[in-house]
Amino acid sequence: MLSIQSLSKTYADGTRALEGIDLQMPNAEIVALIGGSGCGKTTLLRLIAGLDRPSAGDIALDGEPITGPHPGVGLVFQEPRLLPWLSVAENVGFGIDHLPRRERRERVTHALERVGLAEQTGRWPRELSGGQQQRVSIARAFVANPRVLLLDEPFSALDAFTRKDLHRHLLALWEEVRPTVLIVTHDVAEAVALADRAIVMRPRPGRLDDTVALPMRRPRDPAAPTSEAATRNILAALDHSLRPRDASRAPELAGGSSF
Amino acid sequence: MSVTTVLSDDTEPKAVPARRSALLGGGARLALGLLLPLILALGWEAAVAAGLASGRLLPPPSRVGAALWTLAASGELWIHVEATLIRVGLGFAFGAGAGILAGALTATLPTLRWLVDPSLQALRAVPSLAWVPLFILWFGILETPKVALIAVGVFFPVYIGVAGAIASVDRKLVEVGRIFRLSKVALARRILLPAVLPATLTALRTGLGLGFLFVVAAELMGASEGLGYLLLDGQQFSKPDQILAAIISFAVVGKAADAGLVALTSPLVRWQDTARETL
Repeated sequence: MLSIQSLSKTYADGTRALEGIDLQMPNAEIVALIGGSGCGKTTLLRLIAGLDRPSAGDIALDGEPITGPHPGVGLVFQEPRLLPWLSVAENVGFGIDHLPRRERRERVTHALERVGLAEQTGRWPRELSGGQQQRVSIARAFVANPRVLLLDEPFSALDAFTRKDLHRHLLALWEEVRPTVLIVTHDVAEAVALADRAIVMRPRPGRLDDTVALPMRRPRDPAAPTSEAATRNILAALDHSLRPRDASRAPELAGGSSF
Repeated sequence: MSVTTVLSDDTEPKAVPARRSALLGGGARLALGLLLPLILALGWEAAVAAGLASGRLLPPPSRVGAALWTLAASGELWIHVEATLIRVGLGFAFGAGAGILAGALTATLPTLRWLVDPSLQALRAVPSLAWVPLFILWFGILETPKVALIAVGVFFPVYIGVAGAIASVDRKLVEVGRIFRLSKVALARRILLPAVLPATLTALRTGLGLGFLFVVAAELMGASEGLGYLLLDGQQFSKPDQILAAIISFAVVGKAADAGLVALTSPLVRWQDTARETL
């Protein structure tokens, strides 16, 4: 269980990036965080990853407080961030240096097979396409067997085909390790394809707004009526999050409110 | 499971180096680079042979070649080359070592940087040759002042290069190390060191080039052997062919030293996505 209680983050310049975040995620749940830019999605992820310290509030993984980078928490960045001087296999094994060589090699080989890059183990990162690089970085996070995996818009720079393919690879790896997954996205279709629950964020300061449950069975068909209904629900929630909270002016905006 | 290796347009690797055409291009480029000096040399040779120029102050290539051959055959040239190489080697080793150490320390310890860097930058503004009189007073006129002068010349580009490389290491890659909870030592070894290697090697090349610059100055201030001495000797006894022979030796030795440094270090940075070999 990943539990977040009244978490706030105010930057040194006074920007209130996050305020009063409460979130409970049971094990193996996949949650999508959706919201426009500047609503604190990445900040929240960095706090959970232990890269930044919160101004107030607590984060705990299975009761254990998180005060810095934690062995049970993995993070996939928005960019692949591979180390250019290491081969693909060395990059995947970067975080499990402490394991015996044989186990390390087995885990790396297995993860690379899972993301469809078994043929590319000896290549340099620069020889891979953007989608392949991002798959390497996903494999790098998974080989450490994280209990919580955080993904920060990992597929936003990729084309629709590659993205769909990566969703499949991600779910295949998730089936095996079954970590709790928190994925930041601004792609509604991505949330509908992957998540058990989509949480919409609201900016200035960043807060959690609406939650849309996505109880459909996997693998999901984006064209199925349930998926379409879920997409509509999330869009409505997003729309709602863009309106001022004290909705006294709501009636005149209703109808064609989005743009 | 069957969900492993189905992919659309994604499996093609991006870069397939066209090695053969690059090699051919390299050969043609080399020939093109030699064309201009060859034409100039042949033209001058012909002009002197035809009596259009006396060739007294600028001897034709045949006489320079002959001077070079005489020096080499008598073994004299190798004594001078050896003396020069030892001075450059020692000065480079001291200067580069100190530069790497100082650069690494000031880049990683802010307090030390605030303490030391302003003074070093001020010293850098002093032309290195300005130290010569002082070094002669301190160290006499033998090898020590020469090596010291070369070391000072090599120190600054290496110091600036290494400190700048460490300061500009990508924060994003450092965060990868933090996510995997690397210790400070592991972070330095596994991320900082490889990340600064290319810029450090470039700084070392610059430093080596300056080493050859300053060895001439050092040998001109008084030496009984070395390529710089050969230059001075040629001037004093008005032997322009010997001066040109020494200049050509400098070019060959300097280029060979640079090529050696590149050859020794390029395996360390072959991961780089740059056109380093064309520099």
